[in-house]
Parts: sequence; C-alpha cells; structure tokens
Amino acid sequence: MAFLAELIIALLLVVAGFFGIVGSFGLIRLKDPMSRLHAPTKATTLGVGGVLIASMLYFLAEKGMVSAHELMISLFLFLTAPIVAHFIAKVHLHLRASDEKLPRSEGQGDWAGYAAQSKARGVRNEPGDPEGERPAENR
Amino acid sequence: MIAYALLFAFGCFGLALVMNLWRVMTGPELSDRILALDTMVINTIALLILYGIHAGTAVYFEASMLFAMVGFVSTVAYCRYLLRGSIIE
Repeated sequence: MAFLAELIIALLLVVAGFFGIVGSFGLIRLKDPMSRLHAPTKATTLGVGGVLIASMLYFLAEKGMVSAHELMISLFLFLTAPIVAHFIAKVHLHLRASDEKLPRSEGQGDWAGYAAQSKARGVRNEPGDPEGERPAENR
Repeated sequence: MIAYALLFAFGCFGLALVMNLWRVMTGPELSDRILALDTMVINTIALLILYGIHAGTAVYFEASMLFAMVGFVSTVAYCRYLLRGSIIE
C-alpha cells in the first residue's frame, strides 16, 4: 500500500477517535441537559464520519474495491442525528423536569414546543399569551 | 502505522462507551438517558466499522447499517412513547 494512503488513513482514524471521545466527554462534562444535547449529536457524528471515510479509503487502497456501504451509513447517520436531537429536546421540554434550569426563549411567549402541544391537545391559551391573540382561522 | 491508529481509535471509542454508560447510570433525567443510549449506538457502529477494518472483511457494513436503523427507530419510539403515551396512534 502506498505510504501516502496509509498516512491519510491513520490520520483520519486518529482524528475520528479524538472527536468520538470529545463527544462522549461533553456528554458527561456539560452542565444542563439542553447543552448536553450538543456534544454527542455533533462531535460523535463527525467521529463516526471520519471512521467511515477511513474505512472507505482503506478498502479502496488495500483491496481495490469501491464500497458504497460507508456512504449509505454516513448519510443515514447525518440525516438521523438532527431528528434524534429534536425528539430528545422535545421530550425534555415535555417532561418539564427542571423548569428553573431551562433557558428562556427569546420572544415574550414560552417555548414554541409548548404552544404546539397545547394546540394539539385543544387547550385554550391564556389571554396574555401572544399565541392566543391570533385570528381563529389561522389556527 | 494503521495498526497503531486502529488501536488508538479502538481505545477512544471504548472509553467513549464507558462514559456513555456512566451517563446512562447517573443521568438525572430521562432525556439524558435516551441521549446516552443513542450515543452508545453510534459509538458501537464506529467500533463495528473499526473491527471490519481490523479483520479486513466487508461483512460488518451490513451489521452496522442494521444497527444504525434499529438504534434510530428505537430512540424515536422511546421519545414518541414519552411524548404521546403511545408509539403508533
């Protein structure tokens, strides 16, 4: 195998391992649950992407075979990571386990997830809520 | 050189799995535990691919693809169960 290919693969593996460990270290190091969402969904996904690219290059350089499996896996992971993060954030908002630890939303209302929930359940909004002053046909 | 890099990556992802297990055990809230389980699935996919490079076979790609799909579906199902009380309405 060419030395350059070997060097690139080794470098990719080391960088991928570093990002993987950063993602999981952030999961145990960061303070509140909403910021804990950031580390695994970004850094760990990048680490797995590095491993997959290294595997693709390795099988291309060693065996001379082009495999699209890694591309499929990395595409799947890159597509599903934001969906999973969104679902977990919604679960955290929904359970309201730590209300005082939750960061404030930027607008004057509450978080938009709560408005969507109360709309879905047919709960009437309070009069002071900006969500409640919308015309009825827009609901 | 690749053997040493592989060893380093194996160690990194193994240590990452231990950290995730710590968060699963001591997570103060349910969302932390779900997130840690999902991260464990992603780290296990990385370990499977690394083992495929180590063994020099392409058999482990299908396994990791299946693992990715099952992990995503189970995470979404658990979140959906907590959000709505049922998975398929």
